[in-house]
Amino acid sequence: MPSHSPAITAQGLTKRYGDHTVLNDLDLEVDAGSIYALLGPNGAGKTTTVRILATLTTPDSGRATVNGLDVAHQRKHLRRTISLTGQYAALDELQTGRENLGMIGALAGLNRAQARFRSGQLLDQLDLAKAADRQVVTYSGGMRRRLDLAAGLLRRPAVMFLDEPTTGLDPRSREQLWQVISEVAASGTTVLLTTQYLEEADRLADRVAIMDQGRKVVEGTPSELKQQVGGELLRLELADRDAFDLVRARAGKNAMGDASALVLKIPVTGAAPEIRSQMDVLDPDRTLIRHFALHRPDLDDVFFTFTGQPAKTAKELSHV
Amino acid sequence: MSDPAMSANTASVALTLTGRTLRLSRRNTEALLISLVLPIMLMLVFVYLFGGALQPGVGTSAYVTYVVPGVLLLCAAFGAALTAGAVSYDMTSGIIDRFRSMDVGGGWFLCSHVVASLARNIVSTTIVLGVALAIGFRPDTTPAHALAAAGVLIAFVLAVSWLSAVVGLIAKTPEAASSFTFVPMFLPYASSAFVPIETMPSWLRGFAEHQPVTPVIETLRGLLLGADVGNSPWLALAWSTGLLLLGVALSGVLFRRRAA
Repeated sequence: MPSHSPAITAQGLTKRYGDHTVLNDLDLEVDAGSIYALLGPNGAGKTTTVRILATLTTPDSGRATVNGLDVAHQRKHLRRTISLTGQYAALDELQTGRENLGMIGALAGLNRAQARFRSGQLLDQLDLAKAADRQVVTYSGGMRRRLDLAAGLLRRPAVMFLDEPTTGLDPRSREQLWQVISEVAASGTTVLLTTQYLEEADRLADRVAIMDQGRKVVEGTPSELKQQVGGELLRLELADRDAFDLVRARAGKNAMGDASALVLKIPVTGAAPEIRSQMDVLDPDRTLIRHFALHRPDLDDVFFTFTGQPAKTAKELSHV
Repeated sequence: MSDPAMSANTASVALTLTGRTLRLSRRNTEALLISLVLPIMLMLVFVYLFGGALQPGVGTSAYVTYVVPGVLLLCAAFGAALTAGAVSYDMTSGIIDRFRSMDVGGGWFLCSHVVASLARNIVSTTIVLGVALAIGFRPDTTPAHALAAAGVLIAFVLAVSWLSAVVGLIAKTPEAASSFTFVPMFLPYASSAFVPIETMPSWLRGFAEHQPVTPVIETLRGLLLGADVGNSPWLALAWSTGLLLLGVALSGVLFRRRAA
């Protein structure tokens, strides 16, 4: 497959459960060999998107292809070219790591020798060789995710779907998984991942789509998205809640506020006279603002700009 | 199809999945023990605690002989009902999504659970039978009759296993699915398994005479104790076949719906 052709396309994907629209007119195009991140809170429609593309759910309208194969009409062929790793490690706890891989390998059509060889390779690569003959019930969360990833890699998929691959993992395990995902993409596999972690999208993805309430809000490379927010952000820490409300009212609708942290962020160019006059306008008596800092927007800020809510509350939203 | 190396053939899928469920059954010692200990305990309770009161004057040995077919059936029904929890566990754990995204069909998936259930039941029923013989069960049968009894019991286990698989597909959690085991556990009480139907109140008698467990019990008892079975074996097989077909049909529909 030529590298410029898209590995995944979607036009107008829509999915409703009852009168709740979980996915609303989604368009998508993912280049072969790239890592693409769907970033958004729970209920944004990320998992539904992945399930449609992996042929597990049928959309109410719209069409999509993966590796040039139609998700609705060429399921059988399509399924042989993809792998899906879900939010919960899909493994048998009472089988060992090696037995799980052997089983998945056999179901994938590898013969015994191939399955054994490839399992051994992946167990080494994912740092699971020592635990390979222990039952999965004894594995840590990070080890389960890595084994799950290994299961997905057994037959070298052209496209790999990872649904929240590192949710709930400690930082070290997350770092380890990121390393593996980067290597997978470097070997030519297209990766579509969903995440609630801005850092994850920023770190791994070539392109990011921010999703909110079933819609794609904005899309671009991480640096393009950051540029859309502006050159610099003036970050103000306010003295108390009254100060916060007062300054937010003065700053106008460009300001992004987090009331619980008493933090306001205002897009600026970064020029000194501008900052000076901003501060004077916002706090003429010099009693309201406690600290200020300038920083380049991160994906947190992008997220806030386009969804109107700070990313961290995203995790507190319940599953839909 | 176009690339045979990339897809497992049907026989390999069936073998792999069955190997999986058998291995999981063997390692799920908790469920395995319960499905063994429970029927044995019940048999001991019936024989030694209730036996004297239920059948005064006939002695322990005679009541063992009366009650063993019922215990065998209870054991099989309970063991088969465990399929519900196992299927539900797979449906809710995410492994089903992996199987489906690999194009593993729902039919083979459910089949593998039923085969494991059958294997579990053959083992546990044999052990329970062994204990029964040890405490005084004296069958009066021929190899042909014993084989026929085993066949009728296996047909019943198949039917209950498929219906349990259906429950596993419907239930929202494995715990909810597991509570289904109460149905096949209690049905034998309202049959001729432990006490003669004539001793029941008349409103219950109608149910007891016409529920699926009774012809299975009558068949087992007749074939194992050398009594006349009448049309019981055919009734038992008809019930089992009907329930089995119902289970297979329902599971086909439900799997597709649940998976959409």
